[in-house]
Amino acid sequence: MITVTNLKKSFGDLQVLKGIDAHIKEGEVVVIIGPSGSGKSTFLRCLNLLENFDEGDVVIDGFHLKDKNTDINKVREEVGMVFQRFNLFPHMTVLDNITLAPVKVRKWPLEKAREKAMELLKKVGLQDKANVYPDSLSGGQAQRVAIARALAMGPKVMLFDEPTSALDPEMVGEVLAVMKQLANEGMTMVVVTHEMGFAREVGDRVIFMDGGYIVEEGTPSDIFDNPQHERTKSFLSKVL
Amino acid sequence: MDFRFDIIQEYAPFFLKGVLLTIGLSLIAIIVGSILGLAIGLGKMSNNRLVRLPFEWYINFFRGTPLFVQILLVHFGLMPMFFTQPSPTVSAAVSLSLNSAAYIAEIFRAGIQSIDKGQMEAARSLGMTHAQAMRYVILPQALKRMIPPFANEFIVLIKDSSLAAIIAAPELMYWGRAAQGQYYRVWEPYLTVAFIYLILTLSLSKLLHYLERKYSNQ
Repeated sequence: MITVTNLKKSFGDLQVLKGIDAHIKEGEVVVIIGPSGSGKSTFLRCLNLLENFDEGDVVIDGFHLKDKNTDINKVREEVGMVFQRFNLFPHMTVLDNITLAPVKVRKWPLEKAREKAMELLKKVGLQDKANVYPDSLSGGQAQRVAIARALAMGPKVMLFDEPTSALDPEMVGEVLAVMKQLANEGMTMVVVTHEMGFAREVGDRVIFMDGGYIVEEGTPSDIFDNPQHERTKSFLSKVL
Repeated sequence: MDFRFDIIQEYAPFFLKGVLLTIGLSLIAIIVGSILGLAIGLGKMSNNRLVRLPFEWYINFFRGTPLFVQILLVHFGLMPMFFTQPSPTVSAAVSLSLNSAAYIAEIFRAGIQSIDKGQMEAARSLGMTHAQAMRYVILPQALKRMIPPFANEFIVLIKDSSLAAIIAAPELMYWGRAAQGQYYRVWEPYLTVAFIYLILTLSLSKLLHYLERKYSNQ
């Protein structure tokens, strides 16, 4: 589904990705962990070209992102993204937030988009919030709407960029529950998170990044119970 | 000191005509200025330095030189290149529009750049083009924030349009000068004119205040 080869990215003089190779299979849930500044968010943002990379190649569903013939907007239609700060559109109701892209990008009739949106709102448990504005939602509700918004495009892959880091602790659970449900339905997911419990329980594979490299990867039990590298051990000893 | 109300009375129809032209000129300038200003503002935000350059210099020139000079340049320099008998009213409308476009371009730019970067990212991540994201996500939010500086620019235009009197565009100030020239009286025409400008600008800022309150509630 996603193949990343020798991905490199610098911000000015600072190289944040120093050659990343990764392969993500269809239906796989890959959780990326690591200290802040390790490049994990940048890596994730390179996967839908929100961040342009300098070297290497990313292939998603057969499309080479940097190929001149690739329409990045077409690729993004298939790659949903959920942000740390939700990024809901504050001037639109919850329903309009969800239907905007299907109507404008996929050219669906409004009726069809609304039906799909209501279905998704039900799925994330917020059908009664369809007609309110985002500023009246709690953080956990806003993030669940953001997930529904991304799902409305019917993506093949979902990227999560620290989806629970901006939430009050009591709201983390409701968002993780939705993500877990999504994983059980077979969605291909790449999740950057600090929620080690989620990584262990839901992840098929865990990638530990530090200093712009993938230091270690494996099944959750490989990483959490039997880490091989010193840096993985020292990171896990601080967060677990 | 006696105050000759009869002069004001005599000139009242002319002042009325002048006020209408003053408002008309300001309206044309804000409308044309908005259209040009949006294009210039977007141009100035281009990632390409060469594309940006002409827009930057347009803004530099029109904000960095007196409107008075611009009106003279347009009326005696630019317009005669197209018309044998340039109309002062047209010249005034053109120079005010060009001038306000520079200020409005900056209002657009500031408004657009004040919107959180995450909004554009979210829109793009859903597959929208840059233009779609601007049209449906960024501009509707930016326009709301632009209402106060926009209304402010309109108030400035109403006052600055008085400079068009120098090329004999028959707006409010022109008639004030005409009355002064006819009767050699200072207070009657100029105080009246000042008073009318004050009514215009004050009622506009009241309206602005109302709009701001209305939209900040949403």
